[in-house]
Amino acid sequence: MAAVRKRVSPSRWLAYGIVALGGVIMLAPFWFMFVFATHTNTEILSVPPPLWFGSAFLDNVRLLIEKLPFFWRNLGLSFFIAFSVTVLNLFFCSLAGYAFAMYHFKFRESLFAVIMATMMLPAFIFMIPTVLIMSAIGWMNEAKALIVPGACGAFGIFMMRQFIGTAIPKELVEAARIDGCSEFGIFWRIVLPLVTPALGSLGLITFIGAWNNFAGPLVIMRDMDMFTVPLALRALQGTGQVPWGAISAGSAIAVLPLMVLFVIASRRLIEGLTSGAVKG
Amino acid sequence: MSVTSSDSPAASELAVSPPRRRRKLQAWEWAPYLFISPFFILFLVFGLFPLLFSMWLAFQTWDPSTGLQGMEWVGIENFKFVLEDDWFQKSLYNTFWIAIVSGLPQHLVAIPLAYFAHTYLRKHRNTVVGVYFLPFITSTVAIALVWNSLFSRDYGVINMALTSIGNLSIAGMHPLAWLFPTSNVDWAQPQYTKWMISSLVFWRYVGWNTVLYLSALQTIPRDLYEAATIDGATSRQQFWHITVPLLRPMMFFAVTLTIIGNLQLFEEPFIITGGTGGINQAGKTAAMHMYNTAFVDSDFGTASAVAWILFLIIGLMTWANNKFFAQKD
Repeated sequence: MAAVRKRVSPSRWLAYGIVALGGVIMLAPFWFMFVFATHTNTEILSVPPPLWFGSAFLDNVRLLIEKLPFFWRNLGLSFFIAFSVTVLNLFFCSLAGYAFAMYHFKFRESLFAVIMATMMLPAFIFMIPTVLIMSAIGWMNEAKALIVPGACGAFGIFMMRQFIGTAIPKELVEAARIDGCSEFGIFWRIVLPLVTPALGSLGLITFIGAWNNFAGPLVIMRDMDMFTVPLALRALQGTGQVPWGAISAGSAIAVLPLMVLFVIASRRLIEGLTSGAVKG
Repeated sequence: MSVTSSDSPAASELAVSPPRRRRKLQAWEWAPYLFISPFFILFLVFGLFPLLFSMWLAFQTWDPSTGLQGMEWVGIENFKFVLEDDWFQKSLYNTFWIAIVSGLPQHLVAIPLAYFAHTYLRKHRNTVVGVYFLPFITSTVAIALVWNSLFSRDYGVINMALTSIGNLSIAGMHPLAWLFPTSNVDWAQPQYTKWMISSLVFWRYVGWNTVLYLSALQTIPRDLYEAATIDGATSRQQFWHITVPLLRPMMFFAVTLTIIGNLQLFEEPFIITGGTGGINQAGKTAAMHMYNTAFVDSDFGTASAVAWILFLIIGLMTWANNKFFAQKD
């Protein structure tokens, strides 16, 4: 912006106002979620509803545990699955991305096109066949059924290829090879340390996606003790008198880790998510 | 790449014609195939094979509890049944209704918002964009449950806000009563369920679209605007004649993502209607219909047909969108 204007026009103020109001609307559901998490059901079901924090958070958590005896286990399982999926994706996607960015090999372009094409397949189309295959190999109701199939995502390969292709000079790889470094050694010792920012973005994206995954666990997990958090929260629905306080507390616990991650690294996350969009 | 030497290997090594000479495969020649193999192995086992199986299933009648021998070929019966099924048609109608009502405003808000953030915000741009983006990363289930409490009939915050605007009284008149409700709305009623779902979808994805448009705006060179300013173009003219045309590729991309995403909507309506689809199935989407056919009715053949029909519809809409954006160039 070359010219800095001193006077801000009224219409600009109006725009600021609208954007700020929109921001308040965007945040309001989170606000009520946290506020309700600290109130008893009677307080929530009153007119007007509470707008500020109460003191019933621990009571709500107690109620939550009463309704969902495995909630802490569910939380741990969610973390375990999301963490495993993330680690596997970071490894396999960067390895494949490295191959696509740094090697010339037969069918490279067409194999990459196949990977890109799989991104176009909508998730619901896999729902039924996945259940059938998991029951056939006896993986129903087990965490690995959610970890293994998602261990190497197409988006991650695309993202890592873009990043490695621009961040690593080919001469570096050549030099390492001449010095006697093995092909995997080049990847592990030279390429990976140089792409940590991209690994951070991909890790965040993958973790959030796996943490929030609902449709997968919904068809795979049968027993309460194998539920992930979204599935457990959903089980609170339709149990007579809806325990809004406990639901809000559980939701807050499910959302809070992501909000913290987001506040720390929103920029990296957004950059990673849009990395493919600008060039494509 | 296998070398088939019929005679003695020594003979071929001593052969005078060098191009045919047997050569040891270098590590850098086979390593890339090894490095990309995890994706393909996983995709073959958990992607392609299941996909083909589900395509096969769509032509069968099958209840999985009867085992594989309970499968029976019925040709295109499943597809005929689904297309004539009133409940499927209704779910498809719901899907499109929600897709449009939640999708269109996303872009109508996201484009000006991204433009505003790009042009007028400096220091606080990331914070403002972050606030709008936050819903995108939160758990759908958690937030859909919160939505249910916000929209509850007697004690919900939404009803409280809407009725207080509807009952707003200025000098004994109710100037906004024609637009806003004056008594509590029962959002679980069929005529309102889709509004409730659409509001959640809009809220969740408007920030994502804003981020997409913002990243495209950042690639537009500043000197275009400077040149236009020198030529005397107003900022409104600049928006319509520079920004909008240059945003078109991103509009295409973002609208494509919205179409693909909204037509397979599952989690939001599933949680909001408690998995049932709501009263009179007013909030049941096509993906939910597929889920219920498979996992509630145990009719995997029909459910597979639903999946493939929906897949074809999404493909068709993506194609139409492609045509629409290509045509104007």
